[in-house]
Amino acid sequence: MLATADTLQIMKLRLGNGAGGQLQALAYGEPIKVRDVTVRLVPAGHILGSAQVVIEYKGQRAVISGDYKRHGDLTCDPFELVPCDLFVTEATFGLPVYRHEPDRGEVAKLLTSLRDFPDRTHQIGVYGLGKCQRLIALLREAGYDRPIWLHGALRAMTDYYLARGFDLGDVPSVAESKDKLAGEIVLSPPSALGDRWSRRFADPLAGFASGWMRIRGRVRQRGVELPLIISDHCDWPELLQTITETGAREVWVTHGREEALVHEMGKRGIAARALRLVGREDDAE
Amino acid sequence: MKAFSALLDRLTYTPSRNGKLMLMRNYFISTPDPDRGFALAALTDGIPLQFPLRRVLGEIGESRFDPQLFRMSRDDVGDTAETVALIWPSVSAAGEAPRLPEVVAALSKAGRGGHAELLTQWLDRLDATGRWALLKFLSGAPRVGVSARLAKQAVADAFGQNVDDIEELWHGLEPPYQPLFDWLEQKAERPALSANPVFRPMMLAHALEDAEWNALALEDFAAEWKWDGIRIQAAGKGGMTRLFSRTGDDIGNSFPELLDHFRFDAVLDGELLVLRQGEVAPFADLQQRLNRKTVTKAMTTKYPVHVRFYDALEIGGEDLRGLSFMARRKRLEEWHASYGPPHSDLSEVLPFEDKDALKRRWEATREEGIEGLMLKRKESPYLAGRPKGHWYKWKRAALTADCVLLYAQKGSGKRSSFYSDYTFGAWMEKDGASVLVPVGKAYSGFTDEELGQLDRFIRQNTVERFGPVRSVAPKLVLEIAFDAINASARHKSGVAMRFPRVARIRWDKPAAEADTLETLKGLITSAR
Repeated sequence: MLATADTLQIMKLRLGNGAGGQLQALAYGEPIKVRDVTVRLVPAGHILGSAQVVIEYKGQRAVISGDYKRHGDLTCDPFELVPCDLFVTEATFGLPVYRHEPDRGEVAKLLTSLRDFPDRTHQIGVYGLGKCQRLIALLREAGYDRPIWLHGALRAMTDYYLARGFDLGDVPSVAESKDKLAGEIVLSPPSALGDRWSRRFADPLAGFASGWMRIRGRVRQRGVELPLIISDHCDWPELLQTITETGAREVWVTHGREEALVHEMGKRGIAARALRLVGREDDAE
Repeated sequence: MKAFSALLDRLTYTPSRNGKLMLMRNYFISTPDPDRGFALAALTDGIPLQFPLRRVLGEIGESRFDPQLFRMSRDDVGDTAETVALIWPSVSAAGEAPRLPEVVAALSKAGRGGHAELLTQWLDRLDATGRWALLKFLSGAPRVGVSARLAKQAVADAFGQNVDDIEELWHGLEPPYQPLFDWLEQKAERPALSANPVFRPMMLAHALEDAEWNALALEDFAAEWKWDGIRIQAAGKGGMTRLFSRTGDDIGNSFPELLDHFRFDAVLDGELLVLRQGEVAPFADLQQRLNRKTVTKAMTTKYPVHVRFYDALEIGGEDLRGLSFMARRKRLEEWHASYGPPHSDLSEVLPFEDKDALKRRWEATREEGIEGLMLKRKESPYLAGRPKGHWYKWKRAALTADCVLLYAQKGSGKRSSFYSDYTFGAWMEKDGASVLVPVGKAYSGFTDEELGQLDRFIRQNTVERFGPVRSVAPKLVLEIAFDAINASARHKSGVAMRFPRVARIRWDKPAAEADTLETLKGLITSAR
């Protein structure tokens, strides 16, 4: 298995030491040759260590994006645009209704809510890898210097980011507190929102940081009071922008709403088709 | 518009009453005039805008977005207005977001042809939340889970005033309520009470507990039947009459025959009923008359309405609320004897010998088809709200049935981590086998401790999960108390319970011994 060093470390944390079989780390930009084919990894801007795969063969270039985003992120390298002939893109948010708001505005919403409801624990559901650490970094950037409390399931990955030198401030575990954490921020996996675990807090206010929070029905379905539209995937304009900028003549669309993106590319005269991968769930973010 | 849309946005997601109050309070304190006044109008009576939203959206839609992408998005989002708000392309340099007063003023001037252009340029100037809020605003009623009363409460709280004082002014004011806010901010005198009839906050009763009954000095109380209609305040002044619901909504338009005859200078409290040959018809008949925009002659003949008065707040411009109940009652009787309009009478004050005699009358209420008794302290003034120790409602004893817990759903707010809404069933025979059929839902009647026990039972006995709902192994019996049970074509079981609640958890009782649907059907009361 070929991946960035960060990805390999994250895999081990996630899946245990035996994960992935034979592992080989490859730095961003470092080429590796397999007969006539050159392969290199470039930053995808999705999370720490995430990469696009650039494959070159006889003057032709294909780029496989994997999950990526164009919006800035304090906790990973920015997306690097590589012009190519064939671009394989994700399309998690491949509908024009998905446009993520600037993340700093969403963080301001959270801080306003803390002022409005100073007696309630703000429990924010986050995906444990990437979103959690990015949200902490954003809060710190906005000047929030109180401890940010973590559910046990977010510990290992956050510790990895800390070890990698990201300054996330004081991030204690909820288990260490004997207090109800009124007026504090607690981060947890989304599944712990409105669950028994949350009963320890002071009248918990459920938030959820995800691109899906753009849609009101999804907010209500989850019983979320404070939706924060923060995503580690491209929104619709970013998908269109990226495809156009790569200059690719052919586009394969995967991971999500292929149909709308294929339709839009057709209008723009770009050959696009859906590449269906098995076993992808759209709620994974 | 920005603050207003942020407010609506937050309100839709905030389940708790206190949370909503806080959000609105902060809004009314920090938003300038006249914006906040229009927001208050939107949250209370609505702003009478004639905006054909559906047609206009149809007109402008296709010029701004691809119909196929719109359809796919609509399927994903599930709501047309929200889809428009989200899919609308952002236009840079389109100008500042419009303010609410600008929207209201422009609409009042716009002709039929100008709507599409107005809406287009506003949508261009707003962000996604702003577009959503604007479309909600234009649809008439924002429906964000806020009653008119709650919005007024928030205004009162924001400026340290009593909500009842605002209520008394309310019908004399118009959006954007500048005189109201000037007074609240102590920049002007209190606005004069309007020349038109205004709503007076009503006096409400407490449910009578057994312990209270035992301690009650009954000689201090007057008794009346408890009527099964809706509480109404009839306010007449200056040749105009209004009928208000308990929460102060003007519902007179649904009852033109009452407005035709109720011409008086008084504010009276009573019960709205459907009455045929002196007999009170079932509540379901009255429901046929509620929330009607147009009332046909056939309607008024088939469901003749009537008001049974039981109190007077004001007669001939004199405020009677400081008088005792008995003194007000005397004034009401005198007034009604001389001026009582058609379609009205007085609620009888029931004579009784002693406590035992009254108890016997109460015990007979179910048989007589009456909802219960009211007990009113003879010396009590007419007090707004639900003051303790003055008025009691003594509902007839509940019916009960043993039912089996079938499904549970999580609650909201403080109960969001608990399975607190229960669907329960009764046994019926089907193809020779006994099966459980759902007969009702309950989400009250238990203590916090019992809620914890039920929650644990449900998690340990879950059979299947459907989103927020769990089906539960059918083995726990709940004793359900309910006021009445009616035949219903809309329910699979054929019955509908009125006010069901959990009376007891029967941990001891095997599910097989729960009641049958036949037994429940035997409790259906025929119309009285």
